[in-house]
Amino acid sequence: MPTPSRSVEQCREMTSTSAANGEAASRAKRVGRPLVAALFWVAVWQFAAWSVDKDFLLASPWAVMTRLAELAFTIDFWGTVGWSLARIAIGFVGAAVVGALAAALAAASRMVDTLVSPLISTIRSAPVVSFIILLLLWTDTSKLSAIVAFLMVLPVMYASVLEGIRHRDRSLLEAARVFRVPFASRVAAIDMPAVLPFFAAACRVGVGLAWKSGVAAEVIGVADGSIGERLYEAKLFLSSEDILAWTLVIVVLSVACESAVLRLLRRVPGRVERSAS
Amino acid sequence: MTREPITMHSVTKRYGNHVVLDGVGLVLEPGTVTALTGPNGVGKTTLVRLLLGLETPDWGSVTGVAGLRRAAVFQEDRLCAHLDAVANVRLVLDRSHRASAVDELALVGLEPADLTKPVRELSGGQRRRVAIARALAVGADLVVLDEPFTGLDAGTKPAVMEYVRERLTGRTAVLITHDPTEAEFLGARVVRLRHSPGLGL
Repeated sequence: MPTPSRSVEQCREMTSTSAANGEAASRAKRVGRPLVAALFWVAVWQFAAWSVDKDFLLASPWAVMTRLAELAFTIDFWGTVGWSLARIAIGFVGAAVVGALAAALAAASRMVDTLVSPLISTIRSAPVVSFIILLLLWTDTSKLSAIVAFLMVLPVMYASVLEGIRHRDRSLLEAARVFRVPFASRVAAIDMPAVLPFFAAACRVGVGLAWKSGVAAEVIGVADGSIGERLYEAKLFLSSEDILAWTLVIVVLSVACESAVLRLLRRVPGRVERSAS
Repeated sequence: MTREPITMHSVTKRYGNHVVLDGVGLVLEPGTVTALTGPNGVGKTTLVRLLLGLETPDWGSVTGVAGLRRAAVFQEDRLCAHLDAVANVRLVLDRSHRASAVDELALVGLEPADLTKPVRELSGGQRRRVAIARALAVGADLVVLDEPFTGLDAGTKPAVMEYVRERLTGRTAVLITHDPTEAEFLGARVVRLRHSPGLGL
């Protein structure tokens, strides 16, 4: 409790200082906990590498980091990252757009739903390797990762967006009908806010899926200039350092893409609100 | 203003085996307010849903509503919770009338500070006033008011009722209410719905 002799400014300053301290503590907790967890698992990895004591089977974290640093200073590394990133991003974005449009059409027309749903179920259930092998027969390896990422993400996008559309507030839709709200305004004010959380959840799952399936396709197809090709070569040369270094690159890229997509989606509600009014 | 009366001809509406309206006839003269009263479950809301084009009769017909611009204060507020009050009103207005949203909201007593808050942050009474302003800002030919004053506090209710009365002048409107004074205040013709003896209700 402030004493009566303290001025209002002093009290305000104390309040803002204690709020800043609290914020700093919570930020430290937010960053600190995952850091401790990461250090724990790196220690486990280091211990396992010591126990195995064969670099070609399991390289130590230090060896992998050193290799990664070496790679990062080559132009070839960034070219490889760019090659895979571009194709997997194309596959992901294509699946997001096509999945969302197909879901919108399926929600509007029972016939479209009847036609599209079995196809989506088949794509979802079929093993990814079947698609990769078929695509190797039909197309060249440079397009493989984009198409496989597209096929793996499409069912997730379709199902989630359809679910979002079906979860729209029917009473608001009725009100929009009575007031004859124009289609674009209705989409911005009613449809988008209902669908966005479902779409964001699908993006979160989809980004990881796109990277996993895309790189798998690159490895199997030995796509020239891709991360998959580097992984394949690392396997040929029994270089666990390279395998783990590239795996780390994939994880970082996947997390970075997920974060970028979600950050982008967080901006959408503001834009949608502005366009609704 | 409507040119011909809105007429319900022997309208029957059922949901499954439950008959809600059985051979109801009603004429709404242009520019008049009609108050529907009656016990709960008698079909008042179903009747106005038919007028709003949200339901179709199983038998009978509703005439005089084709091409009408309609507006409603629903039993629930039915506002976009993430949008502010102004955006909710502007959403239903033509591009040329959108500037009037702020004025309409001021007329129902919303403070300027409350206009830019998402409506989910407003009190129940404030949301109700936004819903009323939205319905009456449109300039509709047919206005449906389903218990519009429910949830308004005693301090604001008289001013809002006055606003409604003024805005309904010359319009065809249907008011659902359990309060005869509301009907009287709006100069409404009172129509009492009752359960049909034949339905065993």
